[in-house]
Amino acid sequence: MDFLTLLQVLDSTVRLATPLLLACMAGLFSERAGVFDIGLEGKMLFAAFSAGAVAYVTGSAWLGLIAAIAGSVLFALIHGLASITFRGNQLISGVAINFLASGLTVLIAQNWFKQGGRTPSVFSGGRFEEITLPFAETLGSVPIFGPIYADLISGHAILVYIAFAVVPISAFVLYKTRFGLRLRAVGEAPDAVDTAGISVVRLRYTAVIICGVLCGIAGAYLAIGLQAGFVREMTAGRGFIALAALIFANWRPWYAMGTCLLFGLLQAVALRYQNIDLGGITLPVQLMDALPYILTVILLAGFVGKPQPPRAGGEAYVKER
Amino acid sequence: MDSHISTPPALELIGISKSFGPVQANKDISIRVMPGTIHGIIGENGAGKSTLMSILFGFYKADKGDIKINGRHTLIPDSQAAIAAGIGMVFQHFKLVHNFTVLENIILGAEGGMMLSQSLSAARKSLKKLADDYELNVDPDAKIEDLSVGHQQRVEILKALYRKADILILDEPTGVLTPAEADHLFRILDNLRREGKSIILITHKLREIMEATDSCSVMRRGEMVETVKTADSSPAELAELMVGRKVLLEVDKVPAQPGAPILEIENLRHVDEQGVERLKGIDLTIRAGEVLGIAGVAGNGQTQLLEVLGGYAHATGTIRVNGTELDLTGKLSDGQSRRANGIAHVPEDRHHEGLILPFTAWENTAFGYHHDDRYQKGILMSNKAIKQDAQEKIERFDVRPPNPNLAARNFSGGNQQKIVVAREIERNPEVLLIGQPTRGVDIGAIEFIHKQIIELRDKGKAVLLVSVELDEIFALSDRIAVMFDGHITGERLATETNAQELGLLMAGETNTQEAAHG
Repeated sequence: MDFLTLLQVLDSTVRLATPLLLACMAGLFSERAGVFDIGLEGKMLFAAFSAGAVAYVTGSAWLGLIAAIAGSVLFALIHGLASITFRGNQLISGVAINFLASGLTVLIAQNWFKQGGRTPSVFSGGRFEEITLPFAETLGSVPIFGPIYADLISGHAILVYIAFAVVPISAFVLYKTRFGLRLRAVGEAPDAVDTAGISVVRLRYTAVIICGVLCGIAGAYLAIGLQAGFVREMTAGRGFIALAALIFANWRPWYAMGTCLLFGLLQAVALRYQNIDLGGITLPVQLMDALPYILTVILLAGFVGKPQPPRAGGEAYVKER
Repeated sequence: MDSHISTPPALELIGISKSFGPVQANKDISIRVMPGTIHGIIGENGAGKSTLMSILFGFYKADKGDIKINGRHTLIPDSQAAIAAGIGMVFQHFKLVHNFTVLENIILGAEGGMMLSQSLSAARKSLKKLADDYELNVDPDAKIEDLSVGHQQRVEILKALYRKADILILDEPTGVLTPAEADHLFRILDNLRREGKSIILITHKLREIMEATDSCSVMRRGEMVETVKTADSSPAELAELMVGRKVLLEVDKVPAQPGAPILEIENLRHVDEQGVERLKGIDLTIRAGEVLGIAGVAGNGQTQLLEVLGGYAHATGTIRVNGTELDLTGKLSDGQSRRANGIAHVPEDRHHEGLILPFTAWENTAFGYHHDDRYQKGILMSNKAIKQDAQEKIERFDVRPPNPNLAARNFSGGNQQKIVVAREIERNPEVLLIGQPTRGVDIGAIEFIHKQIIELRDKGKAVLLVSVELDEIFALSDRIAVMFDGHITGERLATETNAQELGLLMAGETNTQEAAHG
């Protein structure tokens, strides 16, 4: 494999890892606060639809992003209402959100645009264009570093840079601030938080809303960053892969970035090399496409270390005595 | 003297009432706690102590009544207000984040700024001062899950002091502590009292009230029965106030008439899953009509001894019941076979080993004996027979409420233990293994359970009692063996030893004569 091909694969890795990373960080905030969220997929999907629809109608990518975030936060609040206020089962609420998003997006899209459940293609202005970083052209001729900067680091949509900035910001917030300490505490021992005089409900809602915002950005990137419009089921299980990445990363931000990049790489390889010839045996394209999902199953089956989820995760907090 | 009289009480509760539906948990309760004193609140489980403290800490709102702190009316709508009013609470079940460090737990909710680094360094300084002032030493950077229970409790106290608590409430603080840890706790409380803090100690252990408190209030069925100066009272008086009738603090028993050996243990060795040898050659004999008490600090192999005898841990060596050797490693080394050999077992941990908490009381009375012929009807189990049997047991053992259809978790600790004891003793076993029979059990039930144990002994059966409460060991045992580090460090007749000698044996000192004089 030559250097240029490698760069192209890595470039594609970054693009494909971005929605995973955003969804994974979204899940991290929610789950660290003790609210398990298998509805990442649904929130992303609804956000993607909102972004596609609004960007098409207004022609503004930024309005599309705002709509995506609003739609996703709305779904997050439904999850919060069910699992925090009404102390319902968080898994069931998450499943319901996935179904709701899956049906609702196609239904509304068909009703509004009559294109078989998709939004019409969004053209420039409605999409987040690729940004060329300063000096990319001049530095491009420098060997090794030049192409890395010009092709790999430069030339992505703004949302990609946001996604990768979310990682250090999250790590800082979680481990260095008062809010982070309380957030981590409420996922481990909500009774300790409660007796310290802090509202468990407010903290968990905050976490769920942050989760909604990040899923919204992820969905917007899919619809009007990576592609040019919403297509039915366009999240294609990314929400679940993000969840697997989160478990693999043991609910830690930097590790989450590592695992999301790994999943992105697998998808990028599958896209680039449709049939891999190993002399004698040819690995079919289906196998390559299935790789990220196979890895997900393997990781979830617990072959890689023992995950330590937040102790109070999945349980509504009920004050004792 | 005059100035002393004019000092308002640190805490005054006036006419507090609280009911939950038809249940009146607190009826018109008034208490005054003076600054610089330790005030005990004693009462049986369900007497309303915890409800009262929850009102004080803002978990519940009282239906009626006033709270005055330092003479001023104070409203406590939530925990935040309680903390602001200078009230600190150490719960029976600690409210700590297990994978946070001590420092992080202490600042949680009292960080004082957006960024953690300043909060942590400020806390580190004041923690050091608190540790020096009150003997509250804990490594600030240790994770909670790596600390012993005693140290975790210190973190809870530090949390309260860091929030500038002047009134410290401790709910059953010694339930989980070893005797040495409990002694240390009382030294800490004494230091705090000298600094002018007011301490409320909730307990059902009379000895702690007598040793530690200045004054004491007795609660019974939601009412405040009496407040006394501890020095003017006696354990017998307090026990009577608590239960509402005379209570025998000493177990009433005739001297044992030991017969032939029933349980014989020779050179018993057990290695646990981590590869640590927990039993290092135990030799014991218990004869018919005898209670053998095993004393020792928790964690010296008592639990493993019960597990091996009860059939759920493997071992090498010999165990004989009435001359029949038991299988210690093979197929017949399980609870079922042990019961067939006449060994009944009341485990140390009734929540995990003695009961299945979500299951009903009647189901729990049959576990382990569910293959009994009288519970069968053809190839099916006869729920009717089990229920009827359970109803009878519940009546005989005075389990309250007497409702066999209630889940085991809905009974108080004492009544849960009665269910377990009823199940095991009613089979009239040859050998009864009983671990911590009265841990978390109120005084009325303790009296009852102790009486059952002695009755079994008087029927000519063998009883092996494991307890970390020396009082209990003395009250029940005819002979006492002390365990230390997997060995028996000594055996004494109960009538010929004392707490001091046993204390030395518990510390691994085998030559008590010399140690006592040297």
